Amino acid sequence: MKKYAKLLPFFVPGIALYLALFIYPTVTGFYYSLTDWDGLSPSYRFIGADNYANVAEDIIFHKSFVNNLKFMVAVVILQTAVSLLLALQLSKQSKVNVALRSLYFVPTILSSVSVGFIWTFVYDPSLGLLNGLLEAAGLSSWTQNWLGDTGIAIFSVAAVQAWAHIGQMIILFVAGLQAIPEELVESAKLDGATRLQLFFRVIWPLLAPAAAIVVSYTTIQSFKAFDLVFTMTGGGPAYSTEILSTYIYNSAFMNYTFGKASTASVYFLVLISFITFLQFRALRTDRVSY
Amino acid sequence: MLLLLFAAVILVPLLIVLFTSLKTAPQFYANPLGLPESLSFHNFKALFDGQPMWAYFRNSIIVTLATVALELLLAGFIAYGIMRSGRRVGASVFGLFAIGLMVPSQVNMIPIYAFVHKLGWSNSLTGLIIVSASVLLPLSVFMLSGFMKTLPKEILEAGEIDGAGERTLLLRIAFPLSAPYLAATAAFLFVIVWNDLLFPMLLLNGKDKLTLPLAMLQFRGEYITDYPVLLAGVVVTALPMIALYVFLQRYFISGAFAGSLKG
Repeated sequence: MKKYAKLLPFFVPGIALYLALFIYPTVTGFYYSLTDWDGLSPSYRFIGADNYANVAEDIIFHKSFVNNLKFMVAVVILQTAVSLLLALQLSKQSKVNVALRSLYFVPTILSSVSVGFIWTFVYDPSLGLLNGLLEAAGLSSWTQNWLGDTGIAIFSVAAVQAWAHIGQMIILFVAGLQAIPEELVESAKLDGATRLQLFFRVIWPLLAPAAAIVVSYTTIQSFKAFDLVFTMTGGGPAYSTEILSTYIYNSAFMNYTFGKASTASVYFLVLISFITFLQFRALRTDRVSY
Repeated sequence: MLLLLFAAVILVPLLIVLFTSLKTAPQFYANPLGLPESLSFHNFKALFDGQPMWAYFRNSIIVTLATVALELLLAGFIAYGIMRSGRRVGASVFGLFAIGLMVPSQVNMIPIYAFVHKLGWSNSLTGLIIVSASVLLPLSVFMLSGFMKTLPKEILEAGEIDGAGERTLLLRIAFPLSAPYLAATAAFLFVIVWNDLLFPMLLLNGKDKLTLPLAMLQFRGEYITDYPVLLAGVVVTALPMIALYVFLQRYFISGAFAGSLKG
């Protein structure tokens, strides 16, 4: 007991701040979700579960949810596949590989606002790089209004999210690949395994824990991708890129419906917890050892 | 082949941004994708003349350094405490912070905003620093206690037998031994805080208080389609981070690696 008393001073400052500025607000968020507060007035009414019914019926909330799923699926597939393909070629610790890994990592250190501006420019329908390259390659029919077309805008933003994080995921995959014992790969080769067999029978099962981390990190990140969407499209055009986080922000700070926004936050938290739970189970069962 | 292709996918957008920032507006509209004809720092000059750029830099530097320092101190203390306490207390404290890992900032941004306004801390850099440090605690406690678990327990025990108090053990043994881990965590947090948009946007509103990412969003309103000036802003904001990255790459990468493990 005396020992804990000595350790108490180390715990107190951090825990106090955490309780006051993280846990307490999170709990009051539940309370606000039961009120009609507008965020400005000193008084508000307690309206029970009305917000929960209203948000659940809100067409824009539905749209944000579906957009968020589309965004997530696109980012997870693109980011995982590309980083895995590249990591497989970069796992040897040569000078060139180290340099390439460092280069691929660069977008990770840029702010989402910078990344958003860079790609708004690349996607610009008349002045941008992408349409310019397509024109030059004689593929004028492929040119698009990348961020202005309601059908593709969400995927255009998803590609940028992947562009910014692939370098980080490569690091995770490379670490996973480097942990695979050389002898296993060598003996499979001696036994005459083809490259595909080698990948699916030997490498993939051992890489699964790293892949699970990449997928779960990417999934959660794609629900938190607020800065990028806010910078590039603000949720538009016509709510086609509105995701849950921008929906919450807009209903609080554009429409001044704090109660409703808090309700959406609670739904968002439930969703995130559910995904985390699923992934926790997947991570637990995905371990293979030899 | 694939490797070179992807290197181009990363590099070309970055280079075109750099080139555009060096073009004059007429040059840009005449040939948006070409190389700059001559180096013109006109856009940078326009940016620094038209905007209180130095103030934005100062704000960003103050907020980032102070938040990261406060964070390392608070989270370092807690991680040390977790390592030193028995299984029950250590695991409960760790669990308390692990709950926070599941709550994204977008979930509690509204009540945090409301609470900070009630406290009268809005539009103050100090308020932003304290809020950012508190919000990042789950992540940093997770990273640092993961690192500290790997420290050799015997050294601490030997120190204890020699009569060192907890404070001496922390400052003389645990912190120095975890220096590379502290550096990796610092690099990871540095990137997050320097680049953050959400909390500065919620908590700051005076033009003289903005941090760089927030200021850039505001430039967009002012230089609505003036890409050269806007992209000069991107270059100016990104350069310090890229310079740091060139020198401290190891820490950035190992920090990002450990930070991604939290899921």
